Amino acid sequence: MSLLSVENVSVSYGKVEAVRGVSLSVEAGRVATVIGPNGAGKTTLLTAVMGLLPYKGRILYDGMDLSKLDVEARVERGLCLVPEKRELFSEMSVSDNLILGAYSRRDRNNVARDLDAVYDRFPRLRERRSQLAGTLSGGERQMLALGRALMTKPRLLMLDEPSLGLAPLIVREIFHVIGSLRDLGVSLLLVEQNARAALETADFGYVLETGELASAGPSKDLIHDPRLIATYLGEH
Amino acid sequence: MTLEIAAILGIDGVANGAIYILVAIGLVLIFTVTRVIFVPFGDIAAFTALTLAALENRQVPGTISLVIALAVIAALIEVVSLVRRGDLHAVPRALLFYLGLPLLVVALVRFGIGFELPMAARIALAILLVLPIAPLLDRIIFRPIADASVLLLLIVSVSLHFALSGLGLLFFGPEGVRTQPLTEAAFDVAGILISGQTILIVVTSVIFSIGLYLFFDYTLTGKALHATAVNRTGARLMGIRPARSGAIAYILGSLMAGTSGVLIAPVNTIFYDSGFLLGLKAFVGAIIGGLVGYPSTALGALFVGLLESFASFQSSALKEVIVFSLLIPILIWRSLASTHSEEDIEE
Ligand SMILES: Nc1ncnc2c1ncn2[C@@H]1O[C@H](COP(=O)(O)OP(=O)(O)OP(=O)(O)O)[C@@H](O)[C@H]1O
Ligand SMILES: [Mg+2]
Repeated sequence: MSLLSVENVSVSYGKVEAVRGVSLSVEAGRVATVIGPNGAGKTTLLTAVMGLLPYKGRILYDGMDLSKLDVEARVERGLCLVPEKRELFSEMSVSDNLILGAYSRRDRNNVARDLDAVYDRFPRLRERRSQLAGTLSGGERQMLALGRALMTKPRLLMLDEPSLGLAPLIVREIFHVIGSLRDLGVSLLLVEQNARAALETADFGYVLETGELASAGPSKDLIHDPRLIATYLGEH
Repeated sequence: MTLEIAAILGIDGVANGAIYILVAIGLVLIFTVTRVIFVPFGDIAAFTALTLAALENRQVPGTISLVIALAVIAALIEVVSLVRRGDLHAVPRALLFYLGLPLLVVALVRFGIGFELPMAARIALAILLVLPIAPLLDRIIFRPIADASVLLLLIVSVSLHFALSGLGLLFFGPEGVRTQPLTEAAFDVAGILISGQTILIVVTSVIFSIGLYLFFDYTLTGKALHATAVNRTGARLMGIRPARSGAIAYILGSLMAGTSGVLIAPVNTIFYDSGFLLGLKAFVGAIIGGLVGYPSTALGALFVGLLESFASFQSSALKEVIVFSLLIPILIWRSLASTHSEEDIEE
C-alpha cells in the first residue's frame, strides 16, 4: 500500500483551477519527484496535501483520508512540508527554530539526540545556533528549513524546491542529504526545477504541466525520455 | 517644583507606570499572537477589582453569571462547529475546555464564598474567576474572524469593550468599590514616604516581566507562542495551533490584567467602566513602545505613568488631555521612524 496516494485531486484559487485531476502516489521508503515548468501547479499541489489549501478529490495518507485532519493533525502523524517560502521563525535563533520542529512530538526523550544529529548533518547550523534565523545566508536557511523539518521526525517529507537559489556545491550537499534520508526510512515527495538532479535521486517521477499530469514513470525511464530531455533535462 | 515634590511625583509615576506595564505587556502579548488589539483588557482589570470587592463582602460576584453565560455560548459554538466538521471525537475535550473548566472555577468561587477566607485566597479566587472571560470571548468573537485585517479586528474589539461595559453595569451595578488595603506598611526613604502599596505594585510588575521573559526564553510553550507571533504558517507547519497559542496568550494576559486590577483597587475607586481609561493608557504605552518588544513596551508604559503623574501636578483636570494629546506627535514620529509596516506584523 502506498504511504501517500493522491486521487484525482483538483485545487483552485477562486475560479482558476491551478491543479486539475492529478493522481500520484509515494511508496513507503521511496522518493517520488514532481517536475514541471514554472506555474505548473507543483507548489499548489504540495500545499493542498499539507492541508493549507482546500481541494477536491481524495488524498489518502497511510490509508487515512486526510480531509478531516487539519495541518497540525497531519504534522502529528508524520507529514511534513518544507514550503517554497521556508517560513522560518526569522526573529528566533537557529536552535529555537530546530527545537520548535519537535513541538508536536511525543517522544520528548529523543529530541536532544535528534538535535545533535541535525547539527552533525549540518555543522554550519551548530556554529550558528544562537544566530537569528533571519540573518542567515540563503544556503544556511535551506539547511535550517530542512533541519527543522527533520526535527518533526517525518514519515513523509515533502520538499518544495530545496535547491532554490543555491550555489552548485551546496545543491550537491543538499541532494546528498536528501539521498541519505531514504536510508533513515523517510519517504520523500520532492518538487524540483533541477529536473536532472531530482530524477537521479528519485525512484519515480511525475511531470506536471499547466496543472495536469503530462507523464509519469520510473525515474530511470523518464531520464532517457527524448521529449523530457528536450524540454527539461537538456543534453548531459 | 522642588526636588522633593519631583521625587514624590516620580514615585507616584513609577507606580502608575508599573500598573500600565502589566496591562500593556498583556496587550502586546495578545496582539502579537492573535493580531487583536484587545481593547476590553482594562475591563478585565476592573472586573477583577469588582469581583474581589464582592468576595470581601461575601456576596456573589456578577462575574459568575458572566462566566457561565460566556462558557455556555462558547461551548455551543465549538461543539456545533466540530459536529459540522464531523470531528466528533474532539467534542469531549472541547466541552471540558470551554464548559467544564470555567464551571469548575465558578463552583470553586461559589464554594469559597461560604467561608471566611484569608485575603490571599480571595485574591486568587477573584483572578481565577476572570481568567476564562478573555479566552471565551476569543472563541466566541475573534476566532471566527481570525483572518480579518488588523483594522477590522480593532473595530470589533472596540465594540466588544462597549458591550462589556454594558454587561458590567448589568452584572455589577453602578456602585463604585474600593477593596481592603493589601498592606499598611510605609517606608521613609531619605525623608520621602513610600507606601508599601507602591512597592508591592512595582515589585509585582517586575516579577511578571521577568517571569514572562523566562517563559518565552526557556519553555517550549513560550517558544511556540513566540513562533506563532513571528510566523503563523511556519508555526502551523510545525504542528503549533494558532488557536491554542491565542488561548494561552489570552489567559496569560488576563492574569496580568487581573493582577493589575487587584493592585489598583485599594487605592482607586473602581466602577464597572473604570477599565476603559486604564486600558487606553496602557495601550498608549504599548503604542509608544511600538507594539512589538516587551522591554520597549515596558518603557512606553512607564513613560505614560510618569507623564500622567507630572501632568496631574500641573493641572489635575487636564492630565488625561495631556497624556492622550501626546499620542499624536508620538504616533507621527513612530510612523516616520518605523520600519515595521502592518504587513510585516501580519506575516
Ligand atoms: N495565491 C494564489 N492566488 C491565485 N493564483 C495563484 C496563487 N498561487 C499560485 N497561483 C497560480 O497557480 C498556478 C500554479 O502555481 P504554483 O505556485 O503551484 O506553480 P509551481 O509549479 O510551484 O511554479 P514554480 O516552479 O514557479 O514554483 C500559477 O499560475 C500561479 O499563478
Ligand atoms: Mg513552486
